[in-house]
Amino acid sequence: MIVELGHFALVLALGVSLVQMAVPAIGAHRREAPLMRIAEPAALLQFALIALAFAALTYAFVVSDFSVKLVYDNSHSAKPMIYKVSGVWGNHEGSMVLWVLILALFGALVALFGNNLPDTLRARVLAVQASIAVAFLLFILFTSNPFLRLDPAPFEGSGLNPILQDRALAFHPPWLYAGYVGFSMTFSFAVAALIEGRVDASWARWVRPWTLAAWLSLTIGIAMGSWWAYYTLGWGGFWFWDPVENASLMPWIAGTALLHSAIVAEKRGALKSWTILLAILAFSLSLLGTFLVRSGVLTSVHAFAVDPARGSFILGILIVFVGGSLALYAWRAPMLKTGGIFAPLSRESALLMNNMLLSAAVASVFVGTLYPLLLDGLTGMKITVGPPFFNYTFVPIFVPLLCIVPLGPLLGWKRADMKAAAERLLAAAGLALVACLTTFAVAYDGPWLAPFGMALAVWLVAGAASEIAWRIKLFSTPLAESLGRARRLPRSAWGTALAHGGLGIAVAGIVGVTAWRAELITSLAPGESAEIAGYTLTLEQVGLRDGPNYEATVGVVRVVRDGRELGTLLPEKRRFPAERQEKTEAAIRTNGFADLYVVLGERAGDGKWVLRAYHNNLAPWIWIGGAIMALGGAMSLMDRRLRVGAPTGARSRLAPAE
Amino acid sequence: MTRKQRRAAFIVVALGILGLAVGLVLYAMSDSIVYFYSPSDVVERGVEPGERIRLGGLVEQDSLQDLGDATVRFNVTDFVETFTVTYRGVLPDLFREGQGVITEGAFDESGGFTADNVLAKHDEYYMPPEVADALKKSGNWQGEGADAPHSETYGQGSYP
Repeated sequence: MIVELGHFALVLALGVSLVQMAVPAIGAHRREAPLMRIAEPAALLQFALIALAFAALTYAFVVSDFSVKLVYDNSHSAKPMIYKVSGVWGNHEGSMVLWVLILALFGALVALFGNNLPDTLRARVLAVQASIAVAFLLFILFTSNPFLRLDPAPFEGSGLNPILQDRALAFHPPWLYAGYVGFSMTFSFAVAALIEGRVDASWARWVRPWTLAAWLSLTIGIAMGSWWAYYTLGWGGFWFWDPVENASLMPWIAGTALLHSAIVAEKRGALKSWTILLAILAFSLSLLGTFLVRSGVLTSVHAFAVDPARGSFILGILIVFVGGSLALYAWRAPMLKTGGIFAPLSRESALLMNNMLLSAAVASVFVGTLYPLLLDGLTGMKITVGPPFFNYTFVPIFVPLLCIVPLGPLLGWKRADMKAAAERLLAAAGLALVACLTTFAVAYDGPWLAPFGMALAVWLVAGAASEIAWRIKLFSTPLAESLGRARRLPRSAWGTALAHGGLGIAVAGIVGVTAWRAELITSLAPGESAEIAGYTLTLEQVGLRDGPNYEATVGVVRVVRDGRELGTLLPEKRRFPAERQEKTEAAIRTNGFADLYVVLGERAGDGKWVLRAYHNNLAPWIWIGGAIMALGGAMSLMDRRLRVGAPTGARSRLAPAE
Repeated sequence: MTRKQRRAAFIVVALGILGLAVGLVLYAMSDSIVYFYSPSDVVERGVEPGERIRLGGLVEQDSLQDLGDATVRFNVTDFVETFTVTYRGVLPDLFREGQGVITEGAFDESGGFTADNVLAKHDEYYMPPEVADALKKSGNWQGEGADAPHSETYGQGSYP
């Protein structure tokens, strides 16, 4: 009954979305307020109905109602509760319901807090948002209905893919979707602005927080996915340049570019039409990501759908929205008034440079991801574009970008004084040089590029710190005054510094893992030892352990360094009888600067066990850096200026000279 | 600088970056792409020793040998041609005899294939698409993908 209610709620949501798509748009066109005002209650109702459907589906998973096909396919009564809940989105149908739930949530937020938006803009934004909901609700109801029943109901479910039964992965999809779908909001704003034919400061002020929220969620989602891949796939790698990963990286890069160009649009009124184009591109790339992982053209953990009807449906959605919005852009963008002239040396230029390099980076990832698919489709030739391709393309584009990151925030708007900015970065440059030389001296036998990588990391972190130091006039005024200035500094300034500094820490982690990783593959009988990076690993014994829905072979590995006992590591190989699959659980010991990573392999014929170990220098920094970047995003989001409805009078008093 | 000159400067920079990106992509394309071969493809088209390729097919039944020191050897076949693959490392969770596999590495002078990466991206009902296509081409496709019990017939080994 509850399940049917959920299905019914989803159908009703489609009806509400159709109304929300049509009526406010007509109202905005005719300037009839009563018609436009339908948008807000419709958006709220639509969200309530989809939330009801989602709750019904979650209920079916929680009580293990195996008469629902989706629950039968993806759940098992012996599964821990957290994975029963995460099983809701650990499959194609349920994840699409989560997708529209987040979409409707964003629409509802605009309806609730959008009072200060111009009426026609608000109505149009909600109408565009509803059109996306219509497309995806149709997709769910016609090709991916999660509420199908089985008759007779099976007694037991067939379980969730073991690799999805993981804490980080359980919450990776909601974050990632919040990011993907968050860009739908900026897309709706962009399309609405194109229909209006007008982009003003209030538009840019509204687009910024949505971009920030989407970017921040996507950052967390990608970091979680990468962390999961690191500890669960047994390679000790953090990024594989797999098409599925690239599918999430592309909207992230485009979103990063959008974040920066929206600053220019908001503060200076320049780059408006470029910002609109980026907003369209960021969401288009999110849709492309959804298509790639949901259509089954790629094989991966994410490729749930093997049904070609689903692939063609999403491709249709992709073509309509991307094609439609780009056509609208080509038609309307020339009418947008541009403003804000700036000199080649100015903060605008630095941000423009950032945008051009990020766009080139997106393009290189795009080619590397789609070229193999295209070639296969056209010629049947099967190729793999792996890490070397991206090392040759993405990295050389990204490095110059990283070099100018600290410079941007120190340049003035409109026309900047290069000499002054360079002086402020003198200390950071000095530190970077010291880092380069130190790395060279300590790790002289490593790859020759590594010291420059570390210098770049220090440059980013020290550059971010220099910016704050300059803003609060550290050392040039009494400390008390500096502290007072630090307190009054807008949160967005702290956010910028945190995000840029976090990027530096992540770069250090990436360089560390790539350049100085030690690897050991060996086979040991119980009692035997092997050495890696100064650690002695002894395989004490191998035993069995029962988990809630699996049984595990556990290796007990004692770790000793310089005669000092450091404890034991317990790498596991889990067998899931319900799913008839195995899953490797790496054991990781970290001290914050390096990870010791041990994987238990097969039992060899001679009674020995294969053991694989890595010593990954600076590996934890990759995710620490990612977390700091996300924190920076959250900090900026809390900025008074972006808080909707906050009084604006205090702004000029609080903002420092820029 | 006049407005026109400024605009010209930006266009030059943008074109420069675009040119750089295109150049890098073309260079990487010529140098770092790995082709997929089925065992029949290797015989038909030929592969230079040392050229990095992906060799995919089925792991031949009863061909897996343990050479000690974490090294294994197994045969990859499409029922027409068969090659022996040597691999040092931990096999992915889903590696099994009689099932699809993709190995990445190179042939040596004597015709043996040494892999440094073994992918088994499937569960017990599903083939990597490259392998499925190769089997269809060699006429040995059994249609394993047809009766998958899960609605999501994916799975993976050491691969995202």
